[in-house]
Amino acid sequence: MIKYLKLDDSKCVGCMDCTAACSLLYFKEENPAKSAIQVQDVGNGKFLLVACDQECRKCVMECPTQAITVAKNGVVMINKNLCVGCLACVAVCPIGAMRFYPGLGYPFKCIACGVCVKECPKDALAIAEKEESPQSHQWAEVIAAVAKDKE
Amino acid sequence: MNTITRSNFAILTEQHYELRPVKRGYNMRTLYVNVGTRTIAEKPVSETMKAKFVGGKGFGLKLLWDATQPSTKWNDPENEIVIAMGPICGNTNYPGSGKSLVVSLSPLTDIPIDSNVGGFFGPYLKFSGFDALELQGKSDRETILFIDGNEGLIQLLEAPADLPTDTHILAEMLTQAFARDEKDLQNVSVVSSGRGAEVSPLGLLNFSLYDKRRKSIRVKQAGRGGIGHVFRDKKLKALVVRYAGTNQNSNGAVNPAEVQRLGLKLHREIIVNDDLQTKMRRQGTAHLMEVMNDYDLLPTKNHRYGQDPRGPEVASWVWEKLLSQHLPDGCWYGCTLACAHAVDHFELQTGPYKGQKVCVDGPEYETAAGVGPNLYVYDPHGILELNFYCDTYGIDTISFGTTTSFLMECWELGIIDAEFTGGIDLSWGNWKGAAQILHDMVEGKPFGLLAGKGTKFLAEYMVRERGADPQLMKDIALNGKGLEQSQYISKESLAQQGGYYLTNKGPQHDEAWLIFMDMVNNHLPTFEKKAEALHYFPMFRTWFGLQGLCKLPWNDIEPADNHKYPEPNKVPEHVQNYCDLYTAITGEPLTPEGLILQSERVYNFQRLFNIRRGYGHRKDDYPPYRAVGPVLADEYYARQERYDKQIREKIGLDPSAMSVEEKLRVIREYRMKQYDSLVDAVFERRGWTMDGCPTPEHLRKIGMDVPEAIETAEARIAGRI
Repeated sequence: MIKYLKLDDSKCVGCMDCTAACSLLYFKEENPAKSAIQVQDVGNGKFLLVACDQECRKCVMECPTQAITVAKNGVVMINKNLCVGCLACVAVCPIGAMRFYPGLGYPFKCIACGVCVKECPKDALAIAEKEESPQSHQWAEVIAAVAKDKE
Repeated sequence: MNTITRSNFAILTEQHYELRPVKRGYNMRTLYVNVGTRTIAEKPVSETMKAKFVGGKGFGLKLLWDATQPSTKWNDPENEIVIAMGPICGNTNYPGSGKSLVVSLSPLTDIPIDSNVGGFFGPYLKFSGFDALELQGKSDRETILFIDGNEGLIQLLEAPADLPTDTHILAEMLTQAFARDEKDLQNVSVVSSGRGAEVSPLGLLNFSLYDKRRKSIRVKQAGRGGIGHVFRDKKLKALVVRYAGTNQNSNGAVNPAEVQRLGLKLHREIIVNDDLQTKMRRQGTAHLMEVMNDYDLLPTKNHRYGQDPRGPEVASWVWEKLLSQHLPDGCWYGCTLACAHAVDHFELQTGPYKGQKVCVDGPEYETAAGVGPNLYVYDPHGILELNFYCDTYGIDTISFGTTTSFLMECWELGIIDAEFTGGIDLSWGNWKGAAQILHDMVEGKPFGLLAGKGTKFLAEYMVRERGADPQLMKDIALNGKGLEQSQYISKESLAQQGGYYLTNKGPQHDEAWLIFMDMVNNHLPTFEKKAEALHYFPMFRTWFGLQGLCKLPWNDIEPADNHKYPEPNKVPEHVQNYCDLYTAITGEPLTPEGLILQSERVYNFQRLFNIRRGYGHRKDDYPPYRAVGPVLADEYYARQERYDKQIREKIGLDPSAMSVEEKLRVIREYRMKQYDSLVDAVFERRGWTMDGCPTPEHLRKIGMDVPEAIETAEARIAGRI
């Protein structure tokens, strides 16, 4: 099973309480540019919520140092000690959920901690679980395919 | 012997040094190691050295110049191997930023060679505190140099007598031995060679990187010019560097956020465009195979032809299936172009490791072409097996391919036979025969040793010992200055002939690859345009070697709107990226014109290095005729329409009234005259005399006014050297 942050755009009113909670927790400041969840104003009072779906795992496959791994609960995590800051993961993320901040030496992303869920006044956010998919397995299959032959 | 620990190495000498962070892309010191006298010393980098020579290949050439005499031979103790990085090298954001430049006096050419190589060694050496490493002297025992960039420790160690030499075993063992634990394996990089490099001037150096997914080492090659032979002659077994702690700004950039921005911009361009352009991320450089075959440019049977109906058997889609997919196969962190692919679980069919399953690095285009169609080999397994053994024995696949194709042609022409080869069948296409040459070489068998001497030596040998026709041997031994030509057919592209043979080190495509511009797109119709291209592109490409960069992310990926710019061949947006990247790291402003000037200084210095050693004359810049036109009648017949047309339209004769011998002769005269005119135009554009010497005025104009350069130019012009 994969734990993830479930987003319901239709309920979002753009109050930005979620981005404030996220950046405060991880960067000790209120700054939407340092939030792992993003709220994008698409006009007409509508908002698009963006956060990692924990499922595609392209970043896990792309990371040259294996700083990005999948935790037991299915969440994609970054080990800052192993990260060399190349930002290849930011480029391969298909939805822009892998984030970076200019001059910060490593990327950051949603780890489904739920701090934003508590702050959302409209119940647009929830911590949920979903099944593994062929895509979510691919990173492990790629590694298994190149495992060194026994001598 | 399968495992070894650090306690197995006796310490010959050791020295501690002060750790200092890299600032603005420089350490401002280099490391000098003499393996003969066991001296270890730091040398400061002066502001003049930085201003005039920039870094990388520039530093390598300057240090080698100062360390040697004009008469120094490749195997004299004072010859050096210099590994130098450059200010941009090691940043983790901009794709293609992990290259080291290796410089030495070449056993093949007797002049400086420079080779551009990936792997983790260079960046780790830089973060350990040095802009370059000089290796001088000759050891009396098998020696390993170990640098611990976290401890500030340099050791010369004695290698146990039974430690293997072949890279795929040695580099793996040393990585395991010098890493502190499993997590530390990626922090170790090894430079090694192989048993072939001990006996052959085609010997190369392998630079390792640890691949966490495959849980084994991979290697990239400093292939050209026999530096591995120098390495083994010094009884250097390996170099090992360990550095833990690489991060986004290990390079000490002035503006790390700008480095990040530029890198991310190119990452995104690659992710979006690569599938629509060169498919590097899936096929690596082997994507070129069918393109080259389609355009009659893929060397086939020792460059006799450029095409064969069997071409599709080794096309890119064949390689894509064999190469493991979806891996971040860059040769340094942050290279999303990721061309360093590998074939996993490859079972060897010949040699000492027969039956074992191995991981084969590559094949890159040059290898796939050189030991493939150029030997008339269309079996991907054969190409991979030759690739693997060349790498682990420490033999350059380009030189080996060109040398073996020469031998196969000698076999076809009846100049050599099975008695001479020790039973090896060198019929076209017999890759097992080619593999046997490699195995015989490392076992010290006579023909293997002879075959490992390279084309220039062999061509002279065939005349002397086998009674071969001297002109024919000269024509078909594809080398310039002693270095084997790399794998593009240059016959129909005058600009590419210049790109190969008007080079400082010999015919290597990294200086000028103009074949597409000239032939396919017809962008260089006049001598002046060709000369301008033969000025701009070698200078521009030299800059990668000054900075520690790879050329591929410059034009093997292009912005989607690149064609809208004036001069799209230069990829103007990427040129600006490089200027901005240089500024973001060093803090120094740089324009595209300033970039060319940096290169021009070092390029001219390298020319003067050749001159100092008695070379660098106009006559040294001429190609063997096979690189220019058809040598044999059947080559003519294969493209009769093309050549007849040229005789009719360009030469003004009627081919129908001529014998094939006459036709070959007039084509040859015409083409060599064309080449002569090209040399005039290029020398003029480069600010050189008609004998190819940079003039003192030109050197002053471009700011390469260091005394040794001016003195050398004056001495040549006055006829003293």
